[in-house]
Amino acid sequence: MENKRNKPSPARFWMWFNPIGRETGGWAFILNRVTALGLIFYLFLHLIVLGQLAKGPEGYDGFVALMHNPYVIVGELLVVAAGILHGLNGIRIILTTFGIGVTYQKTLFYTLMAVALITILIFGIRMFTA
Amino acid sequence: MSQNWNITLKVSRQKEGETPHFDEYKMEVNPDEYVLDAVERVWAFMDRTLCYRHACHHSTCGACGMRVNDVEKLTCITYIRDMTHDGGTLKIEPLRNFPIISDLAVDMGTLYSRLESVGARSVLPAPEAEIENPPATWSADDGQYIRLADCIECGLCISACPSAATSDEYLGPAILAGAQANGLKRNPELLALVDCEHGVWRCHSAFECTAVCPSFVDPARRIMDLRTQIIKERFTRLFHKA
Repeated sequence: MENKRNKPSPARFWMWFNPIGRETGGWAFILNRVTALGLIFYLFLHLIVLGQLAKGPEGYDGFVALMHNPYVIVGELLVVAAGILHGLNGIRIILTTFGIGVTYQKTLFYTLMAVALITILIFGIRMFTA
Repeated sequence: MSQNWNITLKVSRQKEGETPHFDEYKMEVNPDEYVLDAVERVWAFMDRTLCYRHACHHSTCGACGMRVNDVEKLTCITYIRDMTHDGGTLKIEPLRNFPIISDLAVDMGTLYSRLESVGARSVLPAPEAEIENPPATWSADDGQYIRLADCIECGLCISACPSAATSDEYLGPAILAGAQANGLKRNPELLALVDCEHGVWRCHSAFECTAVCPSFVDPARRIMDLRTQIIKERFTRLFHKA
């Protein structure tokens, strides 16, 4: 009789995030899921924080003060980083889906991630020095 | 001649009704032996209850696919030297995403029946084989030469695929590669099988299938090629209607 422990099942979604034994494409796959979940979490947080603005001038002042908190700025940088990483990785997936650069997908990934890191660095410098 | 190594084989065990666990076997090996040789030594001299699949010992039958130190490998062509070191450990587990029959043996029945459903060929006319520098004597309509298809139906690609982990209905890389090799133009009925949520669009571009394939099938490239063909087909239909 077969053992069902190893059978595919939606309950095994955690395997998407298991980095052990993965190659470059697998790392890109994990990165896309982690950044997507981060961006979804941010969307809810964003709506909750924006809800403070509806509480009048005091709520607005409190919101502006919160936005100057260094921890919040770090959080914003993480959102920017997630957006850039997810977007550029997405471009790689679109290109390969159309048959472009399939055999060079590793090089494509490393190149786009280098572009992402430079862009995140520029954003970070501007956000903390503005 | 290589100096022998002392290694530990940490083998995943599970019989019906048993809790999964690892058994450890210490042995002396020649590092230039293959991982399958070490597994066979366990069965031959240490534990006759160990269950695993193997046949040809030269990467043709595709039966001995296992996970070695967390990576899918065809164990009959994987050197011990490449996977561990003297005094090290070889962790041997069954392939993922297939039901376990016993210990390291998994049920490949679904893979074989799905390969049949897409008409995956085990032998094809040589001019259709994608090989570098084919002899000048071959031509497109030359039926004289035939060649074994690259896919050895080992299932490593399905084990490594993260999308296959969560969907029982996803056809999987080997099957989609088989459909691509069979050709959509020659077999238009394949379009409905591959152009659906359980076909090429379930692939999330992790490229793990190509990374572990021991036979240069490059399933990821073939899946992307199928997608390109399907997109072209859709555009053609769109403008044909207009």
